[in-house]
Amino acid sequence: MSSVVELAAQAAEIDIEAGRLSTAEYAENFSDIHPPLDRNKAIVEANRCLFCYDAPCIEACPTGIQIPIFIKKISTDNVKGAAKTILEANIMGGSCARVCPTEELCEEACVRNTQSGQPIKIGQLQRYAVDGLMKRDDRQIFVRKPKTGKKIAVVGAGPAGLSCAHGLAREGHDVVVFEAREKSGGLNEYGIAAYKVPDNFAQSEVDYILSIGGIEVKHGQALGKQITLQQLRKDYDAVFLGMGHAGVNALGIADEDMKGVESAVDFIEELRKAKDLSQLPVGRRIIVIGGGNTAIDAAIQAKRLGAEYVTLVYRRGPENMTATVWEQEFAQTNGVVIKHWAMPKMLVSNRGHVTGMEFEYTQLDANGKLMGTGDTFTIAADQVFKAIGQTFVASPIQDNGKDLLQLTKKGRIATNDDGLTSLPGVYAGGDCTEGQDLTVSAVEGGKVAAVAINTMLKGTK
Amino acid sequence: MADLTCKIAGVTSPNPFWLASAPPTDKEYNVVRAFEAGWGGVVWKTLGEDGPPVVNVSSRYGAMNYNGTKLAGLNNIELITDRPLDVNLREIERVKKNWPDRALIVSLMVPCEENAWEKIVKRVETTGCDGIELNFGCPHGMSERGMGSAVGQVPAYIQDVTTWCKKHTKMPVFVKLTPNITNILHPARAAVNGGADAVSLINTINSITGVDLDLMSPEPVVNGVGAHGGYCGPAVKPIALCMVGEIARDPDCKRIPISGIGGISTWRDAAEFISLGAGSVQVCTAAMHYGFKIIEDMCDGLSNWMDDKGYKNLDAFRGLAVPNYKNWQDLDMNYDIKAKIDPEKCIECGLCHIACEDTSHQAIKAEKGPDGKRIYTVIDQECVGCNLCMHVCPVESCITMVQVDNGKPYMTWLQDPRNPANMKKRA
Repeated sequence: MSSVVELAAQAAEIDIEAGRLSTAEYAENFSDIHPPLDRNKAIVEANRCLFCYDAPCIEACPTGIQIPIFIKKISTDNVKGAAKTILEANIMGGSCARVCPTEELCEEACVRNTQSGQPIKIGQLQRYAVDGLMKRDDRQIFVRKPKTGKKIAVVGAGPAGLSCAHGLAREGHDVVVFEAREKSGGLNEYGIAAYKVPDNFAQSEVDYILSIGGIEVKHGQALGKQITLQQLRKDYDAVFLGMGHAGVNALGIADEDMKGVESAVDFIEELRKAKDLSQLPVGRRIIVIGGGNTAIDAAIQAKRLGAEYVTLVYRRGPENMTATVWEQEFAQTNGVVIKHWAMPKMLVSNRGHVTGMEFEYTQLDANGKLMGTGDTFTIAADQVFKAIGQTFVASPIQDNGKDLLQLTKKGRIATNDDGLTSLPGVYAGGDCTEGQDLTVSAVEGGKVAAVAINTMLKGTK
Repeated sequence: MADLTCKIAGVTSPNPFWLASAPPTDKEYNVVRAFEAGWGGVVWKTLGEDGPPVVNVSSRYGAMNYNGTKLAGLNNIELITDRPLDVNLREIERVKKNWPDRALIVSLMVPCEENAWEKIVKRVETTGCDGIELNFGCPHGMSERGMGSAVGQVPAYIQDVTTWCKKHTKMPVFVKLTPNITNILHPARAAVNGGADAVSLINTINSITGVDLDLMSPEPVVNGVGAHGGYCGPAVKPIALCMVGEIARDPDCKRIPISGIGGISTWRDAAEFISLGAGSVQVCTAAMHYGFKIIEDMCDGLSNWMDDKGYKNLDAFRGLAVPNYKNWQDLDMNYDIKAKIDPEKCIECGLCHIACEDTSHQAIKAEKGPDGKRIYTVIDQECVGCNLCMHVCPVESCITMVQVDNGKPYMTWLQDPRNPANMKKRA
């Protein structure tokens, strides 16, 4: 770390610039990190699957995709059938194949780990199947049931909302999705590293979901602003809330809103929105604070955008990071330095702009509680990205400061197993509820709620 | 180190591995490469009579792939050699001269007339080769012209041709048998009665490897249509082993030497054929799949296995499995084994459970432990000891079949009181 510490001395010069790389480098750095399997590779890999009975991979998938079945179908060249198996369980199987931490879900559960030390590449195979379907003219495999005349409002066009909307549309209901932002897709569109979902994949997936019909998306419609929960309840037969997180945790140190200190979520969003990456400025020296996949995505993308030194600082050890081991290693092979066991102490600045940050080493005390050791170090930085977690902001579901819905201890919307909130007819799913904060969990939340809403509406006639 | 020297029907080779009569042995170039690689002998690709040309088509091979395994089986529609007879004979003579320690047998197929066979064996004899192999096996092409399996399917013809050849040459005569019959013993006994020095089996099996579903044509496809071909490769090994064993244990076959052929790909396959009575073994598909260098492991592996077992030479274990090849009615009705699953080795794939549950005896219980671990347990009372679970288990020695000591004596079906024949006797 000495080189970084030395840099602190020269930190006065703030170096944030666009266009650090050549056009070819930008293209290379933000292209697909996992090039798709071709037919030959996919069939070879599919043939490795043992076709387990009661397969552990299915249990490990939050959406319960019949994984051995779709892999068997790939092995027999029945790609359309494979995609149908996937999409029936998970309408966003395409993006989940790209962004799921498969190494901690299906692929971790794969029995091939124990048998041969190498799991089946389930994520890659899933992508092969879904991409294969999307290239076909007959890709629409879902048929809407006859119209029921029921109308459901869905708040948020992210994975939870779209999954719920699709499930309801299939049953013949009409759905209006209210989305605050310009584009649908939620975190798939705005919150995930660009090289995980290149070629505008998130929008293609949204288009596919909407192509079933019966779903109208209204943009620029934020709950608590343009629309209210009370009004939606009056106007619709049911409401599904899937608005995700709107807040970012604070570091809890002085001058956090100083210039150059940004939320990693905003940085990622800016990058995803950028039409020309060479116009996007990035610091020469970057600090990212946090231990999750957002921290990793921000750190790697900063590096790939041309930052010279990127240091990710996390207050505990590698095993405590929510970013998977694969993600951590991927950051390291991208040249990100991961500094464990250190916590932010104070920002260093020059004329109101951050120039570095002082950290205190941490350790666990006898009771296992995290504490500072008293020793500190400083890292120079032109930009600091905060990625210490996102939070659900409850104000949109409040009326005059009073919660309309019951919240959990963690401050998220409380639901039962069907996604039903404390208000009749109001359901919720995805990151605004308790759970794993994964795309795949959000899809499941929306799917489960759609089933429950459909059952409820059929009962009411 | 074990001695791999192979002696069969008066023919000696440094090891028992010969290349079968097939495309790999069609010319000097290939055969020399094989000998350089270490093959013990070759059976030169079938020569026909001088004169009428043999013309081949393209394509010539169809393949059977299974679960990503290429060439589990291979089929061919290639005819006998399409090179001039005198070119082949010149090359055979030169190769034998340059490689005197290797076995060089020449495969022959001519019309079913004594003078045709007399003429060809006389010419072949001049090459100095070690013996001839009568191709009564090929099921495709030549059989439509009254040769190959068309002869091999009629025991009387086999006997006639063998007799003619024995009459006109001093060379050892191998008779190559077709498996495309209902009982291999009839053609084998005909060869024995004709005075054959050895039989070679099996030749290829009549087959269509697949259908091209776009063209609606059998494979291999020749301009939109297909013909049946001869099937070989790993998939046919069990059929070949059975036929070899049948001949080896048949008193009427008089312990005629056998050159075993059919799906032999490894030293272990070869050891199995030899233990069931084969003298030499012949290989083709494995070489066509991987090249001649597979001979290295074949010799090395066989030699090491023989050392481990204390077999000093091939004769030390040749035919040891023959007395153990019984008919079903001679098996022990009292032998009782049960599957045992090693929970330490189990990877929780559940294949044993579902195979037993769906298709067998519902003898493997599926449960989940408190930690979600899948636990598969054999229900001894239901287990009939069929082996299916052991075969589907992807983990080596996770499921073993353990003998139950029931103290009962060896009892065959013929002795079994449940046998209706015995009931009648008692009554």
